[in-house]
Amino acid sequence: MVDFVWLLLLLAGIITGLLTGQIEQVSQAAFASAGAAVKLCIEMAGMLAMWLGIFRLAEKSGLLSAIARLASPLIRWLFPGLPKTNPAFPAIAMNLAANMLGLGNAATPFGLKAMGHLQELNPDKAVASSYMITFLALNTTCVTLIPALVISLRSQAGSALPAEIMLPAFCSSLTGTIFAVLFDRWLRRRGQMRN
Amino acid sequence: MQGIMRISYYLVPGLFFLIALYAYIKKVPVYATFVEGATEGLKTAWRILPFLLGMLVVIGIFRASGALALFTGILEPLFRFLGIPKDAIPLLLMRPLSGSGSLALVSDIITTHGPDSYIGRLAAIVQGSTETTFYLLAVYFGSVGVKRYRYALALGLSADMVSFIAAAFFCRLFFS
Repeated sequence: MVDFVWLLLLLAGIITGLLTGQIEQVSQAAFASAGAAVKLCIEMAGMLAMWLGIFRLAEKSGLLSAIARLASPLIRWLFPGLPKTNPAFPAIAMNLAANMLGLGNAATPFGLKAMGHLQELNPDKAVASSYMITFLALNTTCVTLIPALVISLRSQAGSALPAEIMLPAFCSSLTGTIFAVLFDRWLRRRGQMRN
Repeated sequence: MQGIMRISYYLVPGLFFLIALYAYIKKVPVYATFVEGATEGLKTAWRILPFLLGMLVVIGIFRASGALALFTGILEPLFRFLGIPKDAIPLLLMRPLSGSGSLALVSDIITTHGPDSYIGRLAAIVQGSTETTFYLLAVYFGSVGVKRYRYALALGLSADMVSFIAAAFFCRLFFS
């Protein structure tokens, strides 16, 4: 699937570029994106380092295991069979909490930490495990309470009530999350039956 | 409303303060432990780079070629059926591919149609309630070196689609 989509984006882009005479922009975009990826990664490196430093403090002091105990019923329901003592528990809890609060730059470091622990349980390291896919589905649909960025965008554009989109945005992200959880369960069960 | 926005500014420093203080009370060597975690963060960022670069390059090519306009034309009947206006289609196609790209489109829609128009609200709801699926998959899977995503992309994209339809539905429900 990912190979197909990757190839589709690449080939469709180049063919359309040729047909519309935008091939010069296409080749410029390729170089610019490669540079942008490095820049993005460097920025992300700083954020990752900072948050994972703080995260390690919370881990060593025992704060994280307390948080994990609180969130454990929810996480056990979302990830059936995941060992309760697994260190992924607190990382998943922190990731979901940061997502809900709209702290996107904190959600990623916690999420990557969780991915690392899920990878330890993964029998085939090059292939995504079911836990990982469930976790990613929760992240891509993330239930958001405060979409701060678009609220400020609306306020700049002179909206009468910039924050009025909060509730409908919450409802639609919740719909997406519920769909993702249910569809994921169905796909997982179908996969198990095949094996 | 301003109050809620303000809380998010206090959240991060407050969290840092509490975590560091608690660790100190628990006799954790705070600086050494912080550095240990930070080292891990840098290694992770380095591992992600090739995956992110692979995704961003093809997305960049796709965006610059004008293929977005082509796909908009192809998909218009389907979206019209779902009650999504034509001008919002490029945003829906861009949303899973690029966070900055879709934000630029939202900003464009809001300035052209006004923030309190149906499509202006819809654009804000779409941006606020979904994530950049391709970016997330590249970063998360890249960080652990997973190369085969199985059904993760299909699941992520179909959930995006459901969120879009829900956004159109709730936008009509709340604002008409």
